[in-house]
Amino acid sequence: MSQTNLQIDQQGKLKHFLSIEGLNRQLLIDILDTAESFSGVAEQSVKKVPLLRGRTIVNLFFEASTRTRTTFEVAAKRLSADVLNLNISASSTIKGESLLDTLRNLEAMNCDMFVVRHGDSGAAHFIARHVAPHVSVINAGDGRHAHPTQAMLDMFTIRRHKGDDFGRLRVAIVGDLLHSRVARSQIHALNLLNTGEVRVVAPKTLLPKYAEDLGVKIYHDMDEGINDADVIIMLRLQRERMKGARLPSEHEYFQLYGLTEKRMQYAQKDVLVMHPGPINRGVEIESRVADGPHSVILQQVTHGIAVRMAVMSMAMQTQGSSHE
Amino acid sequence: MNNTIHIQQGRLIDPANAIDQIQDLFIADSKVVALGDAPEDWHADRTIDATGMIVCPGLIDLCANLREPGLEHKATIQSETRAAAAAGITTLCCPPDTNPVIDTPAVLELIKQRAEDAAAARVIGIGALTRKLQGKELSEMGALQKAGCPALSNQRGSADNLQVTRLAMEYASSFGITLFLHAEDPCLADHGCAHEGRIATRLGLPAIPAAAETAAVAQYLALIEETGVRAHFCRISTRRGAQMIARAHYEGVRVSADVAMHQLFLSEMDIADFNPHCHVRPPLRTQRDRDSLRAAVADGVIMAICSDHQPHEDDAKLAPFPATEPGISAIDSLLGLGMRLVEENILSINTLIERLTSGPASILGLDSGKLQVGQRADICIFDPQQDWILNQQSMRSQGKNTPFMGWEFRGQVYYTLVDGIIVHQKPRGQSS
Repeated sequence: MSQTNLQIDQQGKLKHFLSIEGLNRQLLIDILDTAESFSGVAEQSVKKVPLLRGRTIVNLFFEASTRTRTTFEVAAKRLSADVLNLNISASSTIKGESLLDTLRNLEAMNCDMFVVRHGDSGAAHFIARHVAPHVSVINAGDGRHAHPTQAMLDMFTIRRHKGDDFGRLRVAIVGDLLHSRVARSQIHALNLLNTGEVRVVAPKTLLPKYAEDLGVKIYHDMDEGINDADVIIMLRLQRERMKGARLPSEHEYFQLYGLTEKRMQYAQKDVLVMHPGPINRGVEIESRVADGPHSVILQQVTHGIAVRMAVMSMAMQTQGSSHE
Repeated sequence: MNNTIHIQQGRLIDPANAIDQIQDLFIADSKVVALGDAPEDWHADRTIDATGMIVCPGLIDLCANLREPGLEHKATIQSETRAAAAAGITTLCCPPDTNPVIDTPAVLELIKQRAEDAAAARVIGIGALTRKLQGKELSEMGALQKAGCPALSNQRGSADNLQVTRLAMEYASSFGITLFLHAEDPCLADHGCAHEGRIATRLGLPAIPAAAETAAVAQYLALIEETGVRAHFCRISTRRGAQMIARAHYEGVRVSADVAMHQLFLSEMDIADFNPHCHVRPPLRTQRDRDSLRAAVADGVIMAICSDHQPHEDDAKLAPFPATEPGISAIDSLLGLGMRLVEENILSINTLIERLTSGPASILGLDSGKLQVGQRADICIFDPQQDWILNQQSMRSQGKNTPFMGWEFRGQVYYTLVDGIIVHQKPRGQSS
């Protein structure tokens, strides 16, 4: 697939980070190992390394996001890069400028990396195809397609708690897979890391038609789906999808698919509970579970910075080698 | 006799009259005056040596968006009719979603005038079924028919409700007007941009299920049976859709159907790297659908292949896949792709020509698409052995948006005649 060529340079190194698809297992492990090496930076008195000094990274967000944008910004600053935050939906496109024009203007300012979030699937690939050769593109979420750094921070969190051997793990992903770019990337990453079993738990209205082709086992019953699970990843359910034809009500969703303390008894005793945030308490997850001993939701946020530092520095390394 | 042309020793293929043999053809005063032997006192102003070439009726394209009026930055009637002539197309149908919409004779007149000025291919305007294509009030169907619209369509805009559709069918059937129906339920299509299948699932693209087509076909068939309207299904894209039409034929319902040429070659797999040139409507379906459509064309369930020509400016495809405009610039490759179907033994050359000439003519209710004495001389002469490559230089359409760029085709068109006038000519032996 062309994604492979697009993301990896001729030496097999990461050039862009657009989706987990097209990457190999070793590269994923390299990202996790590099992230591990960065995880100590936050504990230093000077929370910075000079790796990307003099480089300019642009957070190019066509969709509103505070959490993801902030973690990318913190990651870039900890690598000593200069960061520009552009909320495009509120500026250029309103004036009629095309995506490509916006890109060309930013390129003209000699930026080195674009971190892109966009509402259309494939947007990051499109941008990667059209940027100047010296620019790297990191996908911070495109439509329903991919959110690879989120998936990698989830893998990082799982590995920290469960060790390197994903083969003995049962992972259940619960919720709106149909609209979730996070879930698609998580599934690819879990499969690439040879996870023992990847399950998806949702009603049919929240599943794409050929979900099993992604390499998952489908469950419509929550208790069965999380039975003996080592990891439960809850997906965010957007409020506009909680009522109407896809779901009858928030109440019913919580009754059938909400993660409660009572339900947790079906899972393994040391189950990890994860959520990409922001969480809807009392809809997807009970507060006692979200704040309970199994929850690693806040750790995910912390790990997100190390993982994004890893991805940014790896992609910039290829840039450096191509300049030299 | 004026303007006399003698076409020598071509392989005449006219499926409507079951002709397939090497013989001469004689044209005078814009009409075919003889096949085989010359008429008495024959003198040719011009002789065309068609040795080794196929001489067939000019191709009739049931759907070519000319973009004029309203979207001249994409294409014009002049640019596209000239591209059509170079591709052997002598008649093309312009759908009503121009700006302004073809819902009055005035807009139709404008299009006809521009086509006459271009002096290339003949243009037939398909009128709007409802005013401004809004699905609420019926257009002045009688006036549009009198002005020259053989068919009416609401394009993909659905009627407000089925009662409006039913009344439109009843009214149209009063005058024997054909309805061109695009079978796609808008609610099921739900702003999708790709077939609801494995690829859309993987890429996270908003999807259009096959049921968006089949549910609409079923609804339309129920109303067609009840109203007796003459109806034609445009751009069928699914195996099930083709099966339903075959079943309707079996039950004696008079409906026809066409398919876009690209649907016979591409599948959902072709969008796997977000290729915007494969963003089309209806979306590219599965390999199985593609194979079933090929079979339906071969056995006549689908009796016409059209280009579904949709030229775009470059910018229309320079965006993330869902944000690009759907459609392929397809006039230039229509015959070339058709010849591939022949090479792949999907269709015989005669069947291909039938699907591109007399098939569409009968859907439009036209007494054309054939080569017989007394008929106007709309003729395509092409060399079935001559290779050519589709590239920026060989494409005549103003729109260069095609997934077939760089493909090598057989079937170079050397002459196209409309009303006995040579509207396209390429020196023999020269390929694009």
